[in-house]
Amino acid sequence: MRRLVLIALGLIALALPMPTTAASKIQRVVSPGGIEAWYVRETSIPMLNLEWTIREAGSIRDPLAKEGLAEFHMALLDDGAGELDALAFKHRLEETGIELGFGAGRERAGGTMRTLTARRDEAFSLLGLALARPRFDAGPVEETRARILAAIRREGEDVRGTASRAWFAKAFEGHAYGRNARGTLESIQAIGREDLLKRHGDALGRDRLIIGAVGDVEPAELGRLLDVAFGQLPAKAAPAPAVENTSPKATGVQVIRKSVPQAWAVFGLPGVKRDDPDYYAAYLANYVLGGGGFVSRLYREVREERGLAYSVASYLSPLERVGLHLGAVGTANARFGESLALIRANLERLRDQGLSADELADAKTYITGSFPLGLDSNAKIAGVLIAMQADRLGIDYLDRRNGYFEAVTLDNIRRVVARLYDPAKLFVVVVGEPTGLPGG
Amino acid sequence: MRPFIAGMLLSVVASAAAPACAQNFNASEFALANGLQVVVVTDRRAPVVTQLLYYKVGAADEPPGKGGIAHFLEHLMFKGTERVAPGEFSRTVAKNGGRENAFTGHDYTGYHQTVARDRLELMMRLEADRMTGLKLDPGQVAAERDVVLEERRQTTDNSPGAQFSEQIAAALYLAHPYRLPIIGWEHEIRALDREDAFAFYRRHYAPNNAVLVLAGDIDAAEARPLAEKYYGPIARRDIAPRFRPAEPPQRAPRRVIFEDARVQEPRWMRSYLAPSHRAGATEHAYPLTIVADVLGGGQTALLHRELVVKQKLATSAGAWYSGSGLDFGRFGISVTPAPGVDLAKLEAAIDQVIGDFLAKGAEAAEVQRTQAGALASAIYARDSVTQTARLFGAALVLGHKIADVQEWPERIRAVTLDQVNAAARAVLRPESSVTGTLLPKTKRGPA
Repeated sequence: MRRLVLIALGLIALALPMPTTAASKIQRVVSPGGIEAWYVRETSIPMLNLEWTIREAGSIRDPLAKEGLAEFHMALLDDGAGELDALAFKHRLEETGIELGFGAGRERAGGTMRTLTARRDEAFSLLGLALARPRFDAGPVEETRARILAAIRREGEDVRGTASRAWFAKAFEGHAYGRNARGTLESIQAIGREDLLKRHGDALGRDRLIIGAVGDVEPAELGRLLDVAFGQLPAKAAPAPAVENTSPKATGVQVIRKSVPQAWAVFGLPGVKRDDPDYYAAYLANYVLGGGGFVSRLYREVREERGLAYSVASYLSPLERVGLHLGAVGTANARFGESLALIRANLERLRDQGLSADELADAKTYITGSFPLGLDSNAKIAGVLIAMQADRLGIDYLDRRNGYFEAVTLDNIRRVVARLYDPAKLFVVVVGEPTGLPGG
Repeated sequence: MRPFIAGMLLSVVASAAAPACAQNFNASEFALANGLQVVVVTDRRAPVVTQLLYYKVGAADEPPGKGGIAHFLEHLMFKGTERVAPGEFSRTVAKNGGRENAFTGHDYTGYHQTVARDRLELMMRLEADRMTGLKLDPGQVAAERDVVLEERRQTTDNSPGAQFSEQIAAALYLAHPYRLPIIGWEHEIRALDREDAFAFYRRHYAPNNAVLVLAGDIDAAEARPLAEKYYGPIARRDIAPRFRPAEPPQRAPRRVIFEDARVQEPRWMRSYLAPSHRAGATEHAYPLTIVADVLGGGQTALLHRELVVKQKLATSAGAWYSGSGLDFGRFGISVTPAPGVDLAKLEAAIDQVIGDFLAKGAEAAEVQRTQAGALASAIYARDSVTQTARLFGAALVLGHKIADVQEWPERIRAVTLDQVNAAARAVLRPESSVTGTLLPKTKRGPA
């Protein structure tokens, strides 16, 4: 591959456009039981994609000393329900070609479903069964625990993951964002069946449920099916523990010594949240800095002109309780200092000079012009329907989206970059044996 | 869920495996007078088109000692031509809202862009231009070689697991160049230069050595005049037939013991040399897809049930088959031992599972379950237009026909239990395998 897509260190900002045709087709479907979904009817393939997520059901909800509970719990939802044990449940999926996936993020937890239209009744029934009557049998619980423990033991082999986890751990020490969402060897051992049952009863409620669907069924039929899948969830989730708004606490450079040929760094500073009025200006500024994969300033200066990296990129990561501007770079140990100096210099240049008129125009052209391209599948459109709801953008957002970007002026950019890009606030975690660091 | 379906799609994504999972694609093909093959797959859901140009050359076609030149050239193809300034290609794609990338395999190299329908013509002009017009500045070549070295560090040398896999591949083939890493060994990458890139480019990049795929909001009637206009004028060139050293009979099982201080969890892997859809005993290719699924396609499969659930010797166990190679396929098994489990004991248990499977054969119900999923996976495969383009490109560049892609589910469903068992017995033989263990380096006290 010529270019590696940067693996998400947090949540990647929603800026994916979709075809106007699809945008204008988004409809609100409400089930007889009152469950709402945003839906795009797409009849050209006899299949249906469903994605759902529940706010505040992610790892931020994990009790102290039970870190990893959210991921552990969600991983068990296809391991048997009702009369079906894990093997019988999975055999049912295989025989029908129905795909169910479950997972937990930092803030939300949810799942995906894909089924042939002809199998929709069974698909929604199996999802409903998994949500209403999960078994948490001892066998699958222990197998899953062993798998998670193995993954935790292996974490140190993954240089990039190590840097990212360390960045969050230090920047958000003492805050839920600073904990390892996967858990620790101790916390995973401490999780019992009663914890899984309690979380299942507490975390998943219809009041925080968000649903997106794309496929080939009548809207009324989708409404009926939504009740089959989600109707038995509690009307309200139990109150989640209060997690305060925060900001990254660490600055400077932290080195984690590891004997690898390439030093990998995660860098970041405070950014904007999704509802910040400056979000669109910050998004455009980041596109020029390091977001426009192959044409950004960082790509050109660090990679193209000097061959200092294969991957160098930056992106906005707007979480619920903090806005972040993150990035990553990998450079051979001996030349790492050059890369870091270029990144700092580019932050300063951006802060002091903003963007040129041409750069802003090109950024707008890409971000609005790639409008129909971001989503080449029903699955991706379902994902955007979820993100639009999670970010509270409104069902007509896609009709307004380009306007928000077009309205950004050079003055807006100058004000926003002066506010955001203070290199003194930069926090860098480097894993490897880097040389050429300031003061080292 | 047993990730057969997901795995199927992933294998298409990751390695452009075999003619996989498709049906009822609206696909057609034609050829230009200069030999360029063109495939058009129509999907009008959105006003978007993907252009994907495959060249029939990859890392297994490199001259000895020039390992990594196919991939290095792929990088250099973005450095400009007589008409397009350095960096202008990517800038033009971005300014037009497009997305682009490129990839190199052992058997082919591909370049692709996804754009709004009305920008396709511009992309075709640019892609056709760099088929013959490449221009390379020595300074840029040197910087890009450093980029490739960083790519190798990032994707391989920073990870003991990736280095382990590289060693296993190197041991699996005694003579055939599939043993070489696509990105190249570091010492060979360091020696690659501008002349190597041009020599490889001139030898292999030509319309009669390429397949063009256009997928999305376009049909053959619309595509043909555009292909004629931009690619038609490029002259056909003499392309030397591919030569790759043949593999001698493999007579002895091999073992890779990889110890590294960075390793925190031991792993166990085995690879078997296998036929592909294009070479060897090709009749085994479809059945091997089912063998891999029944034996190791997830948590309902035999290896998981025996090693993880019943004997508790492992935390995960899986198997896979890749039949996409031009010359060979490969069958693999991966197991993560449970903490404290002796690897010799684990290996004995794995061999017992395989031995029992070969002796008793697969269960009919297991085979049927796998086959039942094939129809769904074929329909799901239509969902992503860019993946559809890769699916057809990867098949046709290896000499398959559109029908091979379209008929995939029927062919999977037509496989009999006897064929499954015959394929397993033909391929799961120790003498054509490599068994590897990845281990933490034992810390020793001062001597």
